[in-house]
Amino acid sequence: MSNATPKTMYEKLWQTHLVEEKAGETPLLYVDRHLIHEVTSPQAFANLRFHNRQVRHPERTIATMDHNISTRSIKIDAAGEGAANQLRALEKNCKEFGIQLFGMGHKNQGIAHVMGPELGLTLPGTIIVCGDSHTATHGAFGALAFGIGTSEVEHVFATQTLRQNKAKTMKIQVNGHVGAGISAKDIILAIIGKTGSAGATGYVVEYCGEAIEALSMEERMTVCNMSIEFGAKAGLIAPDQTTFDYVKGKEYAPKGEVFEQAVIDWKNLRSDADAVFDTVITLEAKDIKAQVTWGTNPGQVVSVDGSVPSPDNFSDPVEQESCKQALEYMDLKAGTKITDIQVNKVFIGSCTNSRIEDLRAAASIVQRYQGQKVVANVDAIIVPGSYRVKEQAEKEGLDKVFTDAGFEWRLPGCSMCLGMNDDVLGAGDRCASTSNRNFEGRQGRGSRTHLVSPEMAAAAAITGHFVDLNA
Amino acid sequence: MEKFNTHTGLVVPLDIANVDTDQIIPKQFLQKTERVGFGVHLFHERRYLDHEGTQVNPDFVMNKPEYKDASILLARENFGCGSSREHAPWAIEEYGFKVIIAPSFADIFYGNCINIGILPIQLTEAEVEELFQLAPNAQLTLKVDLPNNKVSCVLADNSVKEYAFSLSEFQQYSLENGVDSVGWTLNKLDKIKAFEEQMPAWQ
Repeated sequence: MSNATPKTMYEKLWQTHLVEEKAGETPLLYVDRHLIHEVTSPQAFANLRFHNRQVRHPERTIATMDHNISTRSIKIDAAGEGAANQLRALEKNCKEFGIQLFGMGHKNQGIAHVMGPELGLTLPGTIIVCGDSHTATHGAFGALAFGIGTSEVEHVFATQTLRQNKAKTMKIQVNGHVGAGISAKDIILAIIGKTGSAGATGYVVEYCGEAIEALSMEERMTVCNMSIEFGAKAGLIAPDQTTFDYVKGKEYAPKGEVFEQAVIDWKNLRSDADAVFDTVITLEAKDIKAQVTWGTNPGQVVSVDGSVPSPDNFSDPVEQESCKQALEYMDLKAGTKITDIQVNKVFIGSCTNSRIEDLRAAASIVQRYQGQKVVANVDAIIVPGSYRVKEQAEKEGLDKVFTDAGFEWRLPGCSMCLGMNDDVLGAGDRCASTSNRNFEGRQGRGSRTHLVSPEMAAAAAITGHFVDLNA
Repeated sequence: MEKFNTHTGLVVPLDIANVDTDQIIPKQFLQKTERVGFGVHLFHERRYLDHEGTQVNPDFVMNKPEYKDASILLARENFGCGSSREHAPWAIEEYGFKVIIAPSFADIFYGNCINIGILPIQLTEAEVEELFQLAPNAQLTLKVDLPNNKVSCVLADNSVKEYAFSLSEFQQYSLENGVDSVGWTLNKLDKIKAFEEQMPAWQ
């Protein structure tokens, strides 16, 4: 077949998964991998049962317990009755429908978007879905990955397919290299700051450029993870040698000749040189500084050497009003220097920043403060993304670095990112959080979230405020 | 899923941009394994003054008596952003809304609405602004005509104001006919099997 028309990576992924495209119907795409968890699956299972339908390919679905679970105990009842009901329902459903479950304390248990990649369940060239909006994380491998609702979870269970309208394509090119101490989190927050929190609605985004290519897989996952935070359907990064080296040898990854053939296919995934994107955005990596959000959506972000903006800084009346409401909720005054903002809580974790490299980065900052401990009025918790991350961190002695400095070292889970368990902030608490959403009430009613990198969160724990680590 | 044809209802204006699904239904209410019991917690943090939800916030627009029977939610840009939780449209539906009108919707939320039979209508920012001007004091009733893709209202001078909207062809068909989307796709198993047979070994 001739390959005359240049294609973007998204178009290639689309083409290779198209089961049917018919006039008058939304195109039908094949789903290679389906990740499920306790919160968004029970009603889908119930509907299957109601209609007497089966899971078409149980082996293509993997379940984990992550959203609801306690980070203090592996007991299923430890996070309350509601959580326990959902966790037990997941056990029962997985058993009944023949789905592999990584339940409480299983060596493979972890946040879905940490667990999938580290087990080799996440492969380039696949479509991956999960009833969770941060599924875009897996796009770091060149997989088309996106969050779905429970009706769609049911659709995937029964048919192994989904109906999707084609998205527009956006290229985000980050030229050059970031300065020392600038993390993947700073890159993605800077991108969202530039586009606004709905800047990519209706688009699949492809991140490229030298600064992206230079990232490790963990860093790429941090970037893709937050694609949803500016509205993108999915985020993609072209698979390369970094990707293949990461995937090779992972438990569920293809082996031997099948792997070799896969790599040949995966090398063809990258967007053709002259492929046309609907929108192109360019950033210079050298201009990106450490980022801190000041408002109540991830687009309300500023460099650490900057100040809290005023509504007058915005021309659009809706943005002005958003700024005004955000400052009120966040209890911040326009003009306050970011480094003067005091926090009393620190959360290092979530599917954005709970992987081994994130913990290493945070530990390195703790060590830089040479024996200083978490400041007296701050509670700081570290929640590894999975049992594998936890085990590796402990092997490297990172847990000791943290606990010696006064951080709490917890069990894996989604934890304070959304506070479905008991890791909840109180009203008025101000948190430096490595998670992905600073929405009103997200981490607890009346709580205030500042999204930052693991490095910044660690520095805030030790000093009690945000720090320009490059100053 | 119920069929959607036309709907006439009172409009409640929610003048907030970037309303995320955490606001629509906070996480503490996501621990159900059933599909009911979400409506009472819709916009919980705004609707109630206390965490337990015992004190109604009289200042929140939906709590004003004149909007008690509203069935059309008028919202600002990027409505439904954030989490993919379908519990958000479930809560909206159970509260009694049939239609949401906004200048833009977050993608996952929009699809979730269609999948459960709520009609999300995207109008231009100027049109939405116009409706916000008309909506205060519970004085805006809209007629939504899905087959003809029209929203209309009668103005004070008795003239009729119309707004056009569109949906993708299949979404329109699904809403109008209450299509069981899983059943629809299960009729195409031969296509799915044929696709599976040509997949490479690694996939």
